[in-house]
Amino acid sequence: MRRAAIRKFKQSVPAAAVIALLIAVWWLAVVATHSAIFPTPGQVVTGTVELARDGTLWGDIGASLMRVSVGFLLAAAIAVPLGLWMGWVHGAFLTLNPVFQILRPISPIAWIPMAILWFGVGNASPIFLIFMSSVFPMVVQTTAGVHTIERRYLRAAENFGVSRSTLFRQVIIPAVLPQIIVGMRIGLGVAWLVVVAAEMIALRSGLGYLIIDSRNAGNRYDLVIGGMVIIGLIGLLLDGVMRLMEGLKIVRWRYVR
Amino acid sequence: MSAKISVKDLKKSFDTDQGPLPVVNGVSFDVADGEFVAIVGPSGCGKSTLMSVIAGFDRPDQGSVTVDGADGRGPSSKGILISQHGSVFPWLTVQQNLMFGLNGRASSEKAQLADHYAAIVGLKGFEKSYPHELSGGMLKRVELARALVVKPEILYMDEPFSALDALMSLRMRKELLRILEVERHTVVLITHDVEEALQLADRIFVLSVRPTKIQATFEVSFAHPRKLSSPEVQDIKEAILRELGV
Repeated sequence: MRRAAIRKFKQSVPAAAVIALLIAVWWLAVVATHSAIFPTPGQVVTGTVELARDGTLWGDIGASLMRVSVGFLLAAAIAVPLGLWMGWVHGAFLTLNPVFQILRPISPIAWIPMAILWFGVGNASPIFLIFMSSVFPMVVQTTAGVHTIERRYLRAAENFGVSRSTLFRQVIIPAVLPQIIVGMRIGLGVAWLVVVAAEMIALRSGLGYLIIDSRNAGNRYDLVIGGMVIIGLIGLLLDGVMRLMEGLKIVRWRYVR
Repeated sequence: MSAKISVKDLKKSFDTDQGPLPVVNGVSFDVADGEFVAIVGPSGCGKSTLMSVIAGFDRPDQGSVTVDGADGRGPSSKGILISQHGSVFPWLTVQQNLMFGLNGRASSEKAQLADHYAAIVGLKGFEKSYPHELSGGMLKRVELARALVVKPEILYMDEPFSALDALMSLRMRKELLRILEVERHTVVLITHDVEEALQLADRIFVLSVRPTKIQATFEVSFAHPRKLSSPEVQDIKEAILRELGV
């Protein structure tokens, strides 16, 4: 156990070194060019700590996370059953897949005018955009997951003559689950990208708003960069949470051998 | 004596770009209740297609398969197919796999039955393991136990042990014989391994090349356990190999 920890530590040394190097280059560049606007890493930290102290930062993080959670969970609640249905019933696939394939490549950002028109500038707009961005990858992955279930497993289920509900609960859903998790990882990643973009345009809270507002309110580039770094870190954290699902016993089979 | 399984003039072809490709070309045989028949044939001759039709997964183009005198429409738990690559669900534990086919029973009763059959095939202590934690031989035992637990009357075995190493394959043959002595299933075994057929079967059908039909039939009436090196067995082996053209 201790050795594994040491090995893990050793493995993360190069990555940490690259990050440290980037920060150092950034620092030196700012100092060398005597930039009046572009902040040093130290100024970014000070500015961000200040925001955290007066509570604005937590409010913005909370707002963004809330929007992502609602939009993403709504999308998952619709995409997973829909994907299973489209995967299993060929007619449903033939009917709906073309529509989804056309809607899928449209950037969620392109929906912003529609969102404002339909939902105004409240929370509903970014939630709609997040929904639109994450629902398609999840539908597509789930459908593909059903299509790639190995025939021998379906045959075995057929052979034992199990009920439809057993077939779904014990064969189809667990067989597709690894793919569903991939879809959710992609969906959540896109959702996090989109929430920030949406908040830059329409809203008065959230990390996207923090960035735009900091720039508009007197060129606070320390807070712009602070906001960007926090977005990156939270994105990493969200992906980490999704990756924890890959460790579930019921999907381990997919990642060994 | 009425036959358990009756296969009559079975024909099956596949559609290809060059038109229909006949694979099974008029196969007929009967299997008695409790009998063990082996079907051997050259590779690619259509053995697996034949098995697929007999077990009810594919419809024949012509001819019929009846089980207990009734037209076997589709697969059922009356006859369980065990295939080369196996179909143990990797997302279920050993115990959950064994409980899978047990419909409409209390779950405590299911678990009890599952554990009983796990013990029979030598998997005691592995009930909570996942398939990826087991070796190939143990996986075959799970597959076998999962079939046995639903008390099928027939076992359809399509090259069941050919993905195992030689030693494990030998061991599984012995296990199978031991289990059959108690449970008395009717077995149809498809194999390319003549010795496996000789060790296990009461009768052996030799298939021709594609489009396949039965080319020769051998009775193997020696008592178990059989000694494959005995001259009588060797004679049959040579006769079968001659039929196969080697």
